[in-house]
Amino acid sequence: MSVVDIVIIAAGTALAGLAAGYWLPPHGRTPGRNPTRPVRRILLPFTGQAISRRSFEAAVRLAKAENAIIMPAYLAQVPLNLPLESALPVQCASGMPLLEAIEQRVSSLGIAVDSRIARGRSARDALRRLLDQEHFDRIIVSADEDQRSGLGYDDLRWLLERVPAEILILRPAPEDTRRISVNGGRGQSLVRP
Amino acid sequence: MAAGVGKTFRMLVEGRVELEAGRDVVIGLLETHGRAETAQVAEGLPRLPRMRVTYRQTTLEEMDLRAIMSRSPDLCLIDELAHTNAPGIEHAKRYEDVEEILAAGIDVLSTLNVQHLESLNDRITELSGVRVRETIPDGILGRADEVVLIDLTPEALLDRLREGKIYPADRIDAALNNFFRIENLAALREVALRQVAEAVGAKRLTTELVGSRDESLAADAPQAVGERLLALVEPYPGTQRLVRRAWRSAQRLGAELDLLWVREPGQRLSDDEDRSLSALRQLASVLGAKMLEEESDDLTAAIVDVACRRASTYILIGRSRPARGLARLRVPLPQRLMQRLPGVDVRIVADRSGRSKVEQP
Repeated sequence: MSVVDIVIIAAGTALAGLAAGYWLPPHGRTPGRNPTRPVRRILLPFTGQAISRRSFEAAVRLAKAENAIIMPAYLAQVPLNLPLESALPVQCASGMPLLEAIEQRVSSLGIAVDSRIARGRSARDALRRLLDQEHFDRIIVSADEDQRSGLGYDDLRWLLERVPAEILILRPAPEDTRRISVNGGRGQSLVRP
Repeated sequence: MAAGVGKTFRMLVEGRVELEAGRDVVIGLLETHGRAETAQVAEGLPRLPRMRVTYRQTTLEEMDLRAIMSRSPDLCLIDELAHTNAPGIEHAKRYEDVEEILAAGIDVLSTLNVQHLESLNDRITELSGVRVRETIPDGILGRADEVVLIDLTPEALLDRLREGKIYPADRIDAALNNFFRIENLAALREVALRQVAEAVGAKRLTTELVGSRDESLAADAPQAVGERLLALVEPYPGTQRLVRRAWRSAQRLGAELDLLWVREPGQRLSDDEDRSLSALRQLASVLGAKMLEEESDDLTAAIVDVACRRASTYILIGRSRPARGLARLRVPLPQRLMQRLPGVDVRIVADRSGRSKVEQP
């Protein structure tokens, strides 16, 4: 191998290195947020300041199995004396900590999350409006007796009859008394017995 | 702020001062609501008779616009600016009458409760649970040469109510149980103080800009009294967290929140980005934030332009994506913003999804 060949190879290697350095982002990471794009969207609607732990765990389990994105949605209710497009700062202030807690917990488990806030005259109306705007592959709700999700049995029937998505309604169980709620101190998620 | 704080009283006092200074002052319309103090201070001020209007076999008394125009005083005192006129009158709203009077060169002193401002009506309804039907566009207040806030502590206002200085005895209990609750009055007072502070601040900035000889002085104009946050957003899911953080900060500061998305000219959005953008708009609307969308290929210039226009005092940005190519040699966006917007705080909102990884040993 002649000196000229060595110089050409060295120059070529240097150029390839420069090109790689130019195009690749720092630390050799590829751009983008998730290497495998989630293909399925799981909706986890709620209205209060706590959601059923079973619903949350089911959503996580399914999202892991299906490489899906979890979409927690806070359903805000617009009082009848306000226009539907009204800002709802008071309700948002109460619903947002839970949304953040769910988001943080889901993210820490390595699952993609994309939150929503929907509003309507009732929880069902808010959900209907959200479903009109976006497609979801699966909806997970809890058939709680105390209706913490804000959706009563009529609403669940409506979901089953009208919504073209897979609906997962979790049966009430005596041991399902634990809920995902919010720690008032630092806004971190916790599981409360 | 609310009924009974003394708006009409103050208007009459101001009118009397003007009269004594030699100006031609008349009362175009006065609502004393049976309050003796108000009636007393109105004594001696010329008053135009009201016009009688019959509607559905009921006779109503309204302000006589034509009588004011023919009398053509220097200053006209007109109570209750947000009033809706009886059907059949020339203008549907009293503020429209006032606009005509002002256009004729007559000065007007008028009164208004803060909840009658259109932009604040919904917010106050949510805070107080009581909806006020009669509203005026905010622009009417914006055109006023001077806005005077009649401030009274909620406790003092309630004392006045209990003493029968606001409503007759038979209406006191109902008022105490409905609108005149201390939390409502405190909220109204806060909103009124903020509104006037913002109006004064906006006017001060406008006056200084109009009066300046050099356009560049605009950038050095003093900051508004209130805080205003500007959050830079992009249509992808992580931005929602930034918006919520910004909104919480805005709530704590009692500030307005603007969201800004700068799109490149001709930028096409993927389906995911389109969905994220719709979700962002929806979130902005629910939170009461203003979503601004600018098209520019110079991100920094667009942000600086919006921040100056909106008098932003804080800018919140998310974590930047890793720079590629020659972009790595550029000064990072936060530094560029700090250089070009002195006096504006720039805050980078952390991505908490990576926090658990950092905390692990």
